[in-house]
Amino acid sequence: MGTEPKQATGKPGAKRQFRIWRGDETGGDLQDYTVEVNEGEVVLDVIHRLQATDAPDLACRWNCKAGKCGSCSMEINGKPRLSCMTRMSTFEDGETVTVTPLRTFPVIRDLVTDVSFNYEKARETPAFAPPADVAPGDYRMQQVDVERSQEFRKCIECFLCQNVCHVIRDHEENKQAFSGPRFFIRAAELDMHPLDAKTDRKEYAQAEMGLGFCNITKCCTEVCPEHITITDNAIIPMKERVVDRRYDPLVWLGSKIFRRGQVPQTSVTSGHSSGAGSTGAADSGVHSHSGGSHDTRAERQAQQGVNWHREVPHPTAPAVDANGKLPLTELTFDKAAAPSPFGDDVAFPLPPEHLNFAHPQQDEPKH
Amino acid sequence: MTSTATKPRGARARAAIAAKTLRTDRWWFAPLITVVGLSAWVIYATVRVFMHKWFWVGEFHYLTPFYSPCLTERCGAGSAHMGTFLPDWWIIPDAALTLPFLLLFRLTCYYYRKAYYRSFWLTPPACAVPDGHKAYSGETRFPLLGQNLHRYFFYAAAIISLINTYDAIYAFHSPKGFGFGLGNLILIGNVVMLWAYTISCHSCRHIIGGRLKHFSKHPLRYRAWTGVSWLNVRHMQLAWITLGTLALTDFYVMAVAAGWFNDLRFIN
Repeated sequence: MGTEPKQATGKPGAKRQFRIWRGDETGGDLQDYTVEVNEGEVVLDVIHRLQATDAPDLACRWNCKAGKCGSCSMEINGKPRLSCMTRMSTFEDGETVTVTPLRTFPVIRDLVTDVSFNYEKARETPAFAPPADVAPGDYRMQQVDVERSQEFRKCIECFLCQNVCHVIRDHEENKQAFSGPRFFIRAAELDMHPLDAKTDRKEYAQAEMGLGFCNITKCCTEVCPEHITITDNAIIPMKERVVDRRYDPLVWLGSKIFRRGQVPQTSVTSGHSSGAGSTGAADSGVHSHSGGSHDTRAERQAQQGVNWHREVPHPTAPAVDANGKLPLTELTFDKAAAPSPFGDDVAFPLPPEHLNFAHPQQDEPKH
Repeated sequence: MTSTATKPRGARARAAIAAKTLRTDRWWFAPLITVVGLSAWVIYATVRVFMHKWFWVGEFHYLTPFYSPCLTERCGAGSAHMGTFLPDWWIIPDAALTLPFLLLFRLTCYYYRKAYYRSFWLTPPACAVPDGHKAYSGETRFPLLGQNLHRYFFYAAAIISLINTYDAIYAFHSPKGFGFGLGNLILIGNVVMLWAYTISCHSCRHIIGGRLKHFSKHPLRYRAWTGVSWLNVRHMQLAWITLGTLALTDFYVMAVAAGWFNDLRFIN
């Protein structure tokens, strides 16, 4: 299928065979293309050439073309990859390159999938808890103490690890209970953080994030384009920390005898629904979110101050010019910098009363 | 707030891709050689453990690690250092108190778990290849919840490594007193590798320092953790190397004990 594009200048590239999945949520199939490939190109370049020639309506998400934005995740010859970091020179000359969207997430169109599962899980992951006795600005940390956490900060959120993990890739029903490797490294990052004040991240990871589902087959580590050692440096240490708390008979015995170190088996989760309506006030002052899909717990959450129906400020329209278009360049626009994707009415950090969060120890008596 | 995000519209379908996997490389090769390698070793070890002979070379004090410490009435003079209180029944291995712990140590090892989950249990056989089961609960319930006991088997394995070290040192012997032969090199090599494998264990890495929040307050443990981390990266290689050295050591002792060939002696 398709015409054969001519290269305007220079040495003409070789023709290569591509099979690309085209379709949407109602169905689709692999379609064949013959496309020119030049020396030094990556798969994303070829997809762009296809968009410019044979398939102008081919949908594909991309941004930086430098392996740093995490947008162009797709499956190339069955392997989850960043298309901008997959060189055409890694394929044989006669090899057909098959490109499909990520399998684990719902497809929107062609190579674009709806990865909002990950954003939901991100909201469910408790954020950094500031230490009570140190004011912001006075945080001091030694490099040796933050090194481990820094590895996990390399994450570009391409969600290839989430996509390849068989726990949800092959078992859709586990999505509710399982947060996935990207959020296990987040949990590990904060649990190893020298100033994080939250003490029950281990229990939370096991009970609410589904750490126990992981059977350490290391596919997340294999596909990580940032080469984060997800399994060895985050998941296994978290599993071992869970063992410290939950499966260590000596610790268990000690906690029974001395009645200390007893952390509730976590109660954070949520009812997660959309819409506006009744109002309510959250009195939580801790920076974190709780979200998710456990509707049965919504009532309890409401008692703790979480209110998913809270009236939020009405969104403003994007900052557009007189013609109703986003500016092409800052030079011709009346604002000093690029418009905020969140709207110009939103200031960060968000005020606490706009957050939905219930601390696991919220119901515990204060000491 | 302006949002450019796609609005969720309830449950949506994944891309309808007919092929179960589109991988074109030999993804089946790694699970296949794992099955072959582990099966071969398990068969060899099972045969040897229940063979109940050719495990001790009295002349040079060579004792195979599969029979250490030897605890049954079958153990010959000199081969048992901790008593022979177990009965002479064929189903009882001669090292009945240590072998179960070694087995459990390797069974719950984070590397072997990856290896057999992939190759024997097919969850998944390879990355982006569908797993072979309809339902999956991972290590969230019995019996796989028991994988969390790995660290206790690590403690046991460390003690057993001490016993193996004793065996290797005790084997510097000949009828004339001190002796040194090829068998000693093999025994020592095996023990060094066993220590490397045991210390590189992920649980060990956690216990030695990984559990700390502030490395800066524990400089010695941090250094130890750094060392264990260096070894830990090689845990898979060490897991296979030790299977090899264990089988080699056992075979060498068996061959010398059975008289298939003589030990190459360097001193006495």
